[in-house]
Amino acid sequence: MDDNLSIDIVGINLKNPLIVASGFLGLSQSIFNRLINLGAGAIVSKSISLLPREGYKNPTIVPINTNSYINAVGLANPGLDYFLYEISNNKVPVFISIVGSNYDDFSHLVNKLKNFNILGFELNLSCPHVEKMGMEIGDDPNAVYDIVRIIKKNTDKPLFVKVGIGKSDIIKTAKVAEEAGADGITAINTIRAMKIDIDTGYPVLENKIGGLSGASIKPIGVRCVYELKKNLQIPIIGCGGILSYEDVIEYLMAGASAVQIGSVLGLEGLNSFKEILNGLYKYLRIKKYKDLSELVGIAQRY
Amino acid sequence: MHKDINSPRIVTIEEVIQETPTVKTFVFEDKFSNIALPGQFLMVWIPRFEELPISIMISEKKNYSAITIRKRGYASSALFNFKKGDKIGIRGPYGNSFTVKDNFKTIILIGGGTGMVPLVKLLNSLRVKELAIIIIMGSKTKEEIFFVDIINKILEHHNSFRLLISTEDGSFGVKGLPIDIMNDILQKKKEYGNIDMIYTCGPELMMKKIYDIASEKQIPIQASLERYMKCGIGICSSCCINDLLVCYDGTIFNNEQLQNLSEFGISYRDKTGRIQKYIVDD
Repeated sequence: MDDNLSIDIVGINLKNPLIVASGFLGLSQSIFNRLINLGAGAIVSKSISLLPREGYKNPTIVPINTNSYINAVGLANPGLDYFLYEISNNKVPVFISIVGSNYDDFSHLVNKLKNFNILGFELNLSCPHVEKMGMEIGDDPNAVYDIVRIIKKNTDKPLFVKVGIGKSDIIKTAKVAEEAGADGITAINTIRAMKIDIDTGYPVLENKIGGLSGASIKPIGVRCVYELKKNLQIPIIGCGGILSYEDVIEYLMAGASAVQIGSVLGLEGLNSFKEILNGLYKYLRIKKYKDLSELVGIAQRY
Repeated sequence: MHKDINSPRIVTIEEVIQETPTVKTFVFEDKFSNIALPGQFLMVWIPRFEELPISIMISEKKNYSAITIRKRGYASSALFNFKKGDKIGIRGPYGNSFTVKDNFKTIILIGGGTGMVPLVKLLNSLRVKELAIIIIMGSKTKEEIFFVDIINKILEHHNSFRLLISTEDGSFGVKGLPIDIMNDILQKKKEYGNIDMIYTCGPELMMKKIYDIASEKQIPIQASLERYMKCGIGICSSCCINDLLVCYDGTIFNNEQLQNLSEFGISYRDKTGRIQKYIVDD
């Protein structure tokens, strides 16, 4: 079954297009191994910073409706040195998400990580809930250009830049990343959102504002991928609210070459991979497509 | 899974029971908690302070549930000061539960401190079963013993149960640790017969010792583990132990799972995700 679900992106072959999005289950080698065994095509680690971060106090995640979440975890991660130890014997397809607050952080992170057995990097320029990391950099096109240049100067490994809905135009940010040498774009990150408890009047998240993921943002993600595809040459990984095989196909048709999933793992459990892959397989067979690449960007014709 | 359980619900504390100088039980009404299985937990939001995973306790009030906490860290100390009428947020129940087979004849429930909560809920579900039950609980000193009354009440019409209590200072019951009582029972095979299952919840180092003894004697075990959690629903991996997630795969693990968990009783992950060793104090 995996044969015709395999995809090629930036010179990497993945057994299927389902990549675990950054922030989900992304800090333990044992869990990485389990996710790949359960059917994930690849995994993006939690965003790794130079120094360990505890993140915000709980509540860091609040479920919304029955199919979405708002989170403000605060980029909790074990820091570079510990994470290098964690993945020192890695044998599974992993991208490392990196986050920093100045240019030196990024060159340091990339130079240490590039010698490990990893597929490549994802640059988190769109975390919506931590000051001076993520979105605040992503909103500054000059900073985006410089950081991508620094990373690409330091490594030959593929670099995806994860963009989101911030103050700057997502297409402009992605184009700047492309000009600076990014190999691909991941779109979209969570979108700034909040939840107030009407019984007490308190914002539920400790950080008050977090990032919305899940079904609520899917139409926005699809729109972004569609518009990005029209404006970019480099491949796109679609992300945002993918809960079913139908959602995967919609993102591929919009122009994504692969997708990232996350919220569905909380909503449907870790067996989601198998269900989505089965759906994709059946869809290809019924619609008489040879492989998933035939679907990429179909909607661009219209 | 009921997706409704994920939406945070605000409940009012209807009653506060002071169990010991450092332990309180908070009673509230919630339809999902009432039908929770023994060992399941809630993510409890203490508004403006924290959100914590807390095991669900039974209430003597019909249709009510409860949580029992010890005043320890930042959040539990904040909750400790909550009074009747105050509000907390809950989501869940989450996690798996203790399981009892119909053919079991004798079981041991062994716990310490608030680790007794899921074991009391388990007892409550066993009320009608024809089963010899040995309950072992321990505390540091007499004034920190709690749940004796509720255990006796649950089992008042049950002929074959024994409640054995240890205190570290010997101020009540057997002087020593719950594990000392368990060792004694396991040696008196003629008196107690075969043990079909050991159920345990409490400090992890205690549970590791209980597991080691159970493995040596080839007695099956179910242990409820605790880890730092953010999400409670299997997506953040803060609570991972080897390749399992305490919130999603547990919190209860059996001996077959425990034997593959090299981190059990040895280490846990801190809030950043780094593995830290448990400090062994003996």
